[in-house]
Amino acid sequence: MRLLSSSKKLPGWRELPIGIMNVNPGSSVNYDVASWRTFRPVIDQSKCTKCSLCWVYCPDAAVEIKKVDGGEVFEINYKFCKGCGICESVCPIKAIKMVEEVA
Amino acid sequence: MAQAQVQVKRLPLAGYEAAAHAVKMADVDVIAAYPITPQTNIVEELATMVANGELDAEYVHVESEHSAISAVVGASLTGARVFTATSSQGLALMHEILFITATARAPVVMAVVNRALSGPINIWNDHSDAMAERDTGWIQLWALNAQEVFDTILQAYRIAEDNSVLLPVMVNLDGYILGHTVEAVELPDEKLVKDFVPSRPLQNRLSLKTCYTVGVMGNPDYYYEMKYQAIDALERSADVIKKVGEEFGEVFGRRYKPLDLYYVEDAEALLISMGSTAGTALAAVKRMRKRGEKVGLVRIWMYRPFPVKELRDVLKGVKAVGVVDRATCPGAIGGPVFADIATLFSNDREKPLLRDFIAGLGGRDIRIEDFEYMLNKTLEAAKTGIVDKICDYVGLRW
Amino acid sequence: MAQLFKNLKELPREEYLASGHRMCPGCMSALAVRLILKATKGNTIVVTPTGCLEVATTTYPDTAWRVPWVHIAFENAGSVASGVEAALKALNRKGKTDEKPHVIAIGGDGGTADIGFQALSGLLERWHDVVYICYDNEAYMNTGIQRSSVTPYGASTTTTPAGKKSIGKPTRKKDLVAVAVAHGIPYAATAIPSYPLDLVNKVVKAMEVEGPAFIHVLCPCPPGWRFPEKLAVEVGKLAVQTGLWPLYEVVNGEYKLTVPVPKRKPVEEYLKLQGRFKHLTQKEIAEIQRYADELAKKFGLGPVG
Repeated sequence: MRLLSSSKKLPGWRELPIGIMNVNPGSSVNYDVASWRTFRPVIDQSKCTKCSLCWVYCPDAAVEIKKVDGGEVFEINYKFCKGCGICESVCPIKAIKMVEEVA
Repeated sequence: MAQAQVQVKRLPLAGYEAAAHAVKMADVDVIAAYPITPQTNIVEELATMVANGELDAEYVHVESEHSAISAVVGASLTGARVFTATSSQGLALMHEILFITATARAPVVMAVVNRALSGPINIWNDHSDAMAERDTGWIQLWALNAQEVFDTILQAYRIAEDNSVLLPVMVNLDGYILGHTVEAVELPDEKLVKDFVPSRPLQNRLSLKTCYTVGVMGNPDYYYEMKYQAIDALERSADVIKKVGEEFGEVFGRRYKPLDLYYVEDAEALLISMGSTAGTALAAVKRMRKRGEKVGLVRIWMYRPFPVKELRDVLKGVKAVGVVDRATCPGAIGGPVFADIATLFSNDREKPLLRDFIAGLGGRDIRIEDFEYMLNKTLEAAKTGIVDKICDYVGLRW
Repeated sequence: MAQLFKNLKELPREEYLASGHRMCPGCMSALAVRLILKATKGNTIVVTPTGCLEVATTTYPDTAWRVPWVHIAFENAGSVASGVEAALKALNRKGKTDEKPHVIAIGGDGGTADIGFQALSGLLERWHDVVYICYDNEAYMNTGIQRSSVTPYGASTTTTPAGKKSIGKPTRKKDLVAVAVAHGIPYAATAIPSYPLDLVNKVVKAMEVEGPAFIHVLCPCPPGWRFPEKLAVEVGKLAVQTGLWPLYEVVNGEYKLTVPVPKRKPVEEYLKLQGRFKHLTQKEIAEIQRYADELAKKFGLGPVG
């Protein structure tokens, strides 16, 4: 919940959509969940076999598949990662390591 | 307007049949209702119409009234024109969803066949069921007779679906008295009705085109504004209700206004009543007028939003006003309508004396003689300037 | 015939549950919903009752949903979904729309097995073309880990806390699939996000049937079951491998195991990872083992080995 003391002015009643609706699908991407984590996953790309299990099992869709020359690479989007560690747990060849988040 | 080939039928119909005919003519898409006496006949009539192919609608046989209102809200948000009906305990069971229906701005039309709230359990008419829901944010209209039941339901769709309103409408009809009494009802030409209540435009609130999220969580930083939107809409709906009532008069010959006034011009004492009760009250007024007593009657058709301006205009200058309440507010001074009337002049120096008459609870008959008593007591207050009893339980066996 | 996914790489890349939602780290309900939506390819209207999912994905002004979504109240996902389905049917028939998304209700165990039980039954009996998916984290997690009728025997929750006079919840987990099957519906199944291919293919089959379908998805909950977040998928696998959560489907009343378990692990391997069971003595653990043995017999799972 945004603090009422926040300097950003919140919309007035005329500016909100009617009918208890949110008309911006997927607007949650603007919400900061990165600050939740105390550990962050690091993928050793040299070991990665692109099995895609980290991408399948991430509850937050924080593993992204990027197209590069010669194929695809799996990368962590640190904006969305909450640091749960599931990716490290499910990686079959231990290519992902959870390291302590630095300030 | 061409007079040729206008198909008007005049039929002996009970209130429930009139309601079903209106719903059929409005060409609703989804009906979801649960049986409860004395509403049952409406839903049975509609089921027959669907079964015969007279009405093309999905009929959802829900397993409770809570599910009935939930289903029609879901259907309404998907873009369907919907209808449901209930009474008493059924309406009470819907309670939590009624508030949501209003802030979700779902244009649901519901017929409430007014019946006393339990306990003790009672299937007869009073207004306690609808009165318990007067703060839900729904528009509330009160029918006088079977013709009004038909007319009001048609208007309800126009009002509810108006783009500046988009609020649910509760059409109240007194159980048994209105619901089951047969009267002459004029069913207008279907083409005229179709022009008056055209097909509802899809608003794509639940649609792949928009992918909206409906029914969000509103924390303290948003709840207030979201709630106020619906309050503002309810207040502004009064203009639309009046416009629709006027247009209805132009098209069908019967004009509807927030208030119906009888013998008010020189009245020293007035009674305020709602629903079919007003019919009997009028008989008492006429009797007393014949005797030279200066009494009158105000019937409220549009109860929510409360017709503040219209009531102030007619009550200003009247010496005493008696309010007929067919419901109670235990622990408060008088009944619910009395509470609303009492706020009208709260900041004025000059105001009418007020007397509340609770009557007709649980279907207890209110006779013409009872209304004469109420009018006489109100006249007495007007003449003496004293109100001996602010809340009078008429017809109670002491 | 429905086009089933042959392997996980065939899952659509689109994310219909956007990142930035406020479900807990490691939440298997969030994973389940993310996978379920991929199975729909976005061609759906989702109905959700009050609960973890609803609250954590739609706190205004943020919404994680990239499909049309509606929430009305706690106990009426079944009836709201019935209304949405009826509306689509009527509007299509009357030529007012041509949209035909799948109506999918996704409700928690509280909103499905308890307060929403009646509405669920009504939906199933009336034969609405709706898929009802229960994401089961085995308690009222959103309000702080209170027991529900599908909380398992022996689990410590805030309303069935373990204590000198209590072993946790004294009654068994209610069998929701049996209730659904009792309505004679064409498709019902159990699933778990730890077996994602099995889960998404069940969603595909459920969407395909004409009539109601019910899927009961077990979703391990790190804060509620008290285990480290990174073990969420592992805990789910153990639920299946101990026989406590057999993965099966019921097609027109016929039961079929979809994930065989040729050799079961002893239940202790599953229980010992979770703080909600740490108070159990050998007596209760034996009771839970007996329950697993019963399920193994019923569904044709292998012996403990």
